[in-house]
Amino acid sequence: MPSLKNKAWRNDAFAKVTGQARYTDDLKVHNMLHAVPVYTDHVHAHVKEIRTAAAGAMPGVVRVITARDCPGSIRFGQIRQDYPMLVEETIRSHGDVVAIVVAESRAQAKAAAARVDVDAEALPALLDPDEALKAGAARVHQSEESNIVNHHKIRRGDIAKRFAESDFILEEEFATQRVEHAYIEPESALCVPRGDGVMEVYGSMQPPFSTRRCTAAMLGVALSEVEVRSVPVGGGFGGKDDTAAIVCARTALAARLTGRPVKMTYDREWSLRESYKRHPYRARYRMGVGVDGLIKAVEAHLVADAGAYCSTTPFVTWRSAVQCCGPYRVDAVHGDVYGVYTNNGFTGAMRGFGSPQVNFCIEQLIDMAAERAGIDPIEFRRRNMLAQGDETITGQPLDNHTVGLEHVLDRVVDEFDYADKLGRCSRGRPRPRGRSRDADDLYGVGLAISYRGMSLGAEGMDFNAAIVNVQFDGSILLEVAVHENGQGAESTMVLILAEEMGVKPERIRYRQPSTSNIPDGGPTVASRATLMGGSAVVDAARKLKKRMAEILAPRLGCAPDAVRFEKDCVVGGTESLSFDEAVHLLFVEKEFPYAFGEFKAPTVDWDEATGSGRAYFTYVYGCQAVELVVNAKTGKVTLLGAAAAHDVGRAINPPMVLGQFYGGMAMGIGYALHEEVLLDEGRVTNLNLDTYRIPRARDLPEMKGLIVENTDPNSLSGAKGVAEPTIELMAPAIANALYNATGKRYHRLPMKVEVAP
Amino acid sequence: MKLTLNDSVVDVDPAWQGETLLVFLREALDLTGAKSGCAKGACGSCTVLVDGVPKLACKTVVKDVAGCTIVTIEGMAAADGTLHPLQQAFVDHGAIQCGFCTPGMVLRAHGLLLKKSRPTRVEIRKALSANLCRCTGYQQIIDAVEAASVHYSLPDAVRERSR
Repeated sequence: MPSLKNKAWRNDAFAKVTGQARYTDDLKVHNMLHAVPVYTDHVHAHVKEIRTAAAGAMPGVVRVITARDCPGSIRFGQIRQDYPMLVEETIRSHGDVVAIVVAESRAQAKAAAARVDVDAEALPALLDPDEALKAGAARVHQSEESNIVNHHKIRRGDIAKRFAESDFILEEEFATQRVEHAYIEPESALCVPRGDGVMEVYGSMQPPFSTRRCTAAMLGVALSEVEVRSVPVGGGFGGKDDTAAIVCARTALAARLTGRPVKMTYDREWSLRESYKRHPYRARYRMGVGVDGLIKAVEAHLVADAGAYCSTTPFVTWRSAVQCCGPYRVDAVHGDVYGVYTNNGFTGAMRGFGSPQVNFCIEQLIDMAAERAGIDPIEFRRRNMLAQGDETITGQPLDNHTVGLEHVLDRVVDEFDYADKLGRCSRGRPRPRGRSRDADDLYGVGLAISYRGMSLGAEGMDFNAAIVNVQFDGSILLEVAVHENGQGAESTMVLILAEEMGVKPERIRYRQPSTSNIPDGGPTVASRATLMGGSAVVDAARKLKKRMAEILAPRLGCAPDAVRFEKDCVVGGTESLSFDEAVHLLFVEKEFPYAFGEFKAPTVDWDEATGSGRAYFTYVYGCQAVELVVNAKTGKVTLLGAAAAHDVGRAINPPMVLGQFYGGMAMGIGYALHEEVLLDEGRVTNLNLDTYRIPRARDLPEMKGLIVENTDPNSLSGAKGVAEPTIELMAPAIANALYNATGKRYHRLPMKVEVAP
Repeated sequence: MKLTLNDSVVDVDPAWQGETLLVFLREALDLTGAKSGCAKGACGSCTVLVDGVPKLACKTVVKDVAGCTIVTIEGMAAADGTLHPLQQAFVDHGAIQCGFCTPGMVLRAHGLLLKKSRPTRVEIRKALSANLCRCTGYQQIIDAVEAASVHYSLPDAVRERSR
């Protein structure tokens, strides 16, 4: 029976467990129309004409919309505006949308979509990023000089000298695959044109503010003319950023052009076909190591397939560059990371955001180097890993927070009994290990560690906002410019406010803000909600408490700075007021118990030419281990157990922190062993969840989560983030475990154990 | 045709009888707790109980459940809003994140526990494998189902909740 030390606290659990939570597709509005996207079978083509008359004449069809109907800007992109929300002259990938059909019913819209006739001339498709990089390759975007989306460099130290000083050099190549976020809720959007002219948008998306930007741009209206409202979202994992926002924008366009509410809900097949994926990488690494077990130099050459559009590729690959050597001290690094255009479906943000790929490489190299040097892999890590005050490969001293690598490594090694398990690994020789094991089973254990920059770093503007609005009866309304994607962000905000104000969380009602009543706090991505939003909440609470203390101090018979907020009371000297009474007194004094909180990320800096600077203002540290058996006859991999330790700064809602651990580990296991979006000449062939295989309960082992807390002084709540570090370690841990079981290295994801026939 | 849905008898208009049970629940009755995640029986988000057995509403045609007793997530809590012990266990154990799979998961687990009141964790894992969750790694869902299983071994509870 699992023990329950802490009950989970979630403001949305009741609604979700009773079926009352209304997701976008659950919403119905009077007079609502339905829209569907139209695709062609082309991967790369020049569009001559889109004939819509036949589709428009189908029963129930109200309008067929193409790019020429768009009153605003058709092109979208967070970084580079190269994505046509509706195709103009060129189809660049199989997921490109050429038209939208709007009809009285969804079935009618789907029937008519098949009748949109696109006259297009097929062009040769560029599908291999290495080919796309070659001089003279055809260009995916004629407006660009080449197919290179970006080239990030890390140039540190004298690499030639340090390789020359190395006792051995490892040279390895790795390849990672394209994977799908596979949120269980497909994209959906609803737009209601309001009487005042504002377009009100409800959508299954992560970033309300970028959704608003994208929608306003497509409609050609000011930001204030679009109001994006939050509804429960059925998972995002970084995947409901661009595509989900674009689905909202197209829906708003349909609503604007028809003057009626429009809903557009995606079939899973459309979602898998059109939405961006995790970047597949091809990686070449060289690592120079001394017999002293110290890493002397690393050379990394990484190529990421961006697909047809830029999306967040420059940021994803930037994180890969910053973290390309893992959490180790390396004073000579030569790193090149390319994002490359092809005619494959585009790639973008996905939980991990450029780190799972590089960790798969580097954490295997570390085990290989340790073996070659004749040093225990844990000891090898201890000798090289970043300690307090050390410089990262970008020259950033880690001196403004606790470097928790040793803590996370120790916890996993101790609680997973790692040293003992490592000694029992098969290394390719089946050994019966007691009655419960098959004689053909090869046993292995593996581990990986990482560090990870928190929030956006040098990618962009990083600030957030919170509104605390205490009502006349003492109840509190809280709004924060973060978004509930399912992770429990709202609950975390409530718990942070409750703690800071010294009140019970039940006093606080989280009100989902719309884009029209709270400032743009950026997207809820990059594991930044708890850190950035939580800090804004603390700031608001502190401002409110200061004002309340000033007003109530005379009544309490003490100085304002002696007033305390605890147990739903305001206390000072020998007097105490209930929180309700205190709030009442404020209103009597004509003071609003209202505060606007903000948090601005500490300064970061970056020199793109040398790849150096303070890339992120703080970091998190993680370690994951796994044990498994491989059947030597069938190659079947069975996971026996897994453990994870993550330094999260401070755990605000421990059961939900653990939920992030387990969910990330499961996704990491899928990445390691099961998942791959299969392409045939640029066309996705596994278009639904029967063929795109995410882990089921039976595929997963029992998992142990170990929360490590080193309060972070850069966060006003002390908490950092946990979503993404949890997904970036299972693939290398499993790779190392497979090696320890079979004696063979697996350089490609997903890993398949091949057995001799 | 008629069917019993969450303790009420429902008359089904012939126009809906050829539709899937999922479309009928969501569109005709506005019971949106059952979700559509794949529309081909792969994800389990549409799971409901038909005569106490978990079924995929997206693969079930309405006319094939004529006369059957159907329980959806909307029928799990008591009339006064008190959560079923299984629902309460999901809440307490942190088994809910985005919540999109939750209705189907609860009903899948309910179906298991009605059949076998004290399953092992391995048996729970096997039964829940018909339903996909991308958020939780299933760990806390399994914790919740295991914890709630205690309530199903009470004879009265079985009678009451098997509906």
